[in-house]
Amino acid sequence: MKIKIKRFHPHFEPPSIDMEYAVQETATLLDALLQIKRQKDRTLTFDYMCRSGVCGSCAVRVDGKEVLACQHTPKDGEYIEPLSVVDVIRDLSVRLEDALVTLERSKAYPLDMQKIAMSEEDERRIERQSDCILCSSCFSSCPVYASNEAFLGPFALSRVWRYVADKREQAKKEHIDAVVQNGIWDCTLCGNCTEVCPQGIDPKNDIMMLQSKAVQFGYQNPNLGGFGSFGLEF
Amino acid sequence: MFDIVIVGGGGAALVAAIEAAALGKSVLVLSKHYPTQSQTSMAQGGINAALYPPDSCDSHIQDTLKAAAGLAQETIVQEVCRAAPKAIEWLDSIGMPFSRKGEAIAQRRLGGASHPRACYAQDYTGLKLLHTLYDNAVKLGVAFRFRTFLLNVIEEDGVCKGVSILDMARGKVEQILAKAVILATGGYAKMYGALSTNGFGSFGEGVAAAMRAGAKLSDLEFVQFHPTALKKSSILISEAARGAGARLIDQEGQEIGGELWTRDRLSRAIFEAMEEGREIFLDMRHLGEEFIEKNLPQERKLALLYEGIDPIKEPLPIRPVAHYTMGGIDVDEHMQSSIQGLYAVGECANAKLHGANRLGGNSLLELVVLGKKAAQSAAQRQQPPQKKLFERTKIDANFIKAVFTLPNQIDFWERQEFLSKIMYHNCGIVREEMRLKGVLSVVRQHQKELAFMGVRDKSPLMNKELISFLEYGNMVELAEAVLVGAIQRTESRGAHFRADYPQRDDEKFLAHTMIWKEKGVLCADFKPV
Repeated sequence: MKIKIKRFHPHFEPPSIDMEYAVQETATLLDALLQIKRQKDRTLTFDYMCRSGVCGSCAVRVDGKEVLACQHTPKDGEYIEPLSVVDVIRDLSVRLEDALVTLERSKAYPLDMQKIAMSEEDERRIERQSDCILCSSCFSSCPVYASNEAFLGPFALSRVWRYVADKREQAKKEHIDAVVQNGIWDCTLCGNCTEVCPQGIDPKNDIMMLQSKAVQFGYQNPNLGGFGSFGLEF
Repeated sequence: MFDIVIVGGGGAALVAAIEAAALGKSVLVLSKHYPTQSQTSMAQGGINAALYPPDSCDSHIQDTLKAAAGLAQETIVQEVCRAAPKAIEWLDSIGMPFSRKGEAIAQRRLGGASHPRACYAQDYTGLKLLHTLYDNAVKLGVAFRFRTFLLNVIEEDGVCKGVSILDMARGKVEQILAKAVILATGGYAKMYGALSTNGFGSFGEGVAAAMRAGAKLSDLEFVQFHPTALKKSSILISEAARGAGARLIDQEGQEIGGELWTRDRLSRAIFEAMEEGREIFLDMRHLGEEFIEKNLPQERKLALLYEGIDPIKEPLPIRPVAHYTMGGIDVDEHMQSSIQGLYAVGECANAKLHGANRLGGNSLLELVVLGKKAAQSAAQRQQPPQKKLFERTKIDANFIKAVFTLPNQIDFWERQEFLSKIMYHNCGIVREEMRLKGVLSVVRQHQKELAFMGVRDKSPLMNKELISFLEYGNMVELAEAVLVGAIQRTESRGAHFRADYPQRDDEKFLAHTMIWKEKGVLCADFKPV
């Protein structure tokens, strides 16, 4: 079986080339990458840790689609690239700082938690969102970044919804206030993020939930601003 | 300069960081990966606390002491178990999404526990705990530096001045000075390589660095083997499965029993059955699809991916593999090591909570309760170190340069795989003098040959082969210490089982194994409990 990998090293000329490697069949792409590194090419650089889909360090793109290397079974002819949107340090290893900073900017953390009993149902409402492993697959898949670098992005917004939907959290408006600029109204609802999430989280839906919460707090969708004012009066 | 520098990005590190920030201290967290990529993310089963009758703190204390087989310190066990309900309350107050039963926090039963005592979040307890802590650290504006690899602890006259690190993305050696340093770098169970449940991170660089700086280590030979890891991939199948009624059977369908024994005892029973040529399986078919999907979704997914087996339809082939290291940097009741101003917490430390065998659900508890305590102790340090380039940093910078010129006549990765295998088979679940000594001589040979190894990747930029080589170096250094501890403890206790000395011997060995280095020479002694 052969796989092709996009290599990158900023000190080389050209900095980026594609290299093809023959590998024995493996259960996961991570195993294939480790096989290449140990047996063929010690310079191949990629990130990995838990090999069980919970640490979120090994997300890459395979034929243009984000996957966790440790959860993907490689097939002949596949093309492996680093995540997009974030800066590449070397080969498949990227700077996640650019993605993680969105958590801070969107206040994706508890603001005012009170001691309130939660039922099984209350907990289930935030269960899926809190499965997030911060692998940045959704971030990489998001087309909004092509036009707006300041966009808060899918995982941060999902995490904000996780706190807004948390029964214990009281400062719901402050959460919404933090995501109306470059946030919930900038999403095109294309659903790429939902499609690539290895944990089955649905950021698109969470963003829609945030939008309707924002409307409850008196915000208006700026994209719809024109509809009420066509100049037609009845 | 920072008041407190914390090395590590897992649960213990983040709890310490949150507490230090809450105390108004300036704090910097140095993590090897990104913090949420730490080993804590892999903890599944839960976090222990006696919340509701008939369970009680006393029962929790008794269970912990019993499993510890004489090597836990009663005062610390009492302190941690009594603080447990408050720890759960604190986690709940900062957003931890514990699973609920009705309106109460749900609890499950793990091995060695007299009651259902482990609070959990599906089988993602560690993951959700880690992310909750990370969110709160972000909220408090805790400073992080990612992708920094710990090289050494900078020590002068028995006082810690800071650490030397390798900035991985730039390939530069730096020193980070602070009034106090907290090591929260995790355990060393990845020493057992593919025969460990741990991720590719637990090579014990904090423990090794502390040892090189002269700190005392203790009870290193107590390595916990988890009874139920998937056979091909060593992926952990949580005790939660057995707690819920999953059964151990062999290839004939014959029951093995002991599902709720402590890990040391059950691992040994399974290992012995396997030595007889039996294959062992974990059978959870009778739990049903709905239960497995609700409570063990991660495990089903991993079993399908790695073994091609659906636990709803077939029993899972399992074997015991290395999981957790009870020993580590010896700390006092303030989490301070034998070096002033150097603290340690979590799996890298030996706070004597787990003794000779850890109970499932007690490690997450430890990192919450003792993580706070480590920060409180470290916050007392007032004396900033002198601002100068320390000798240690210069040596380390030269060392990293020199690694690139090593001759590469021997492949360290092959050596590492070999050492992991022989450690598992000879310094694993069942041990015996001649075999331990055989491995020790191999380790010493490996140490001598380090200078003939090296890295083939010559780029300073994000050189992960270099990191792997440094991890292997730490592993070889620590393996020697583990083996020496295992050789001199001529008795069986908890996770340390000697086929040639199968009895517990309290007269001679109701004592902690102390290991340290003097001028590069390994020294060992016992310190009575």
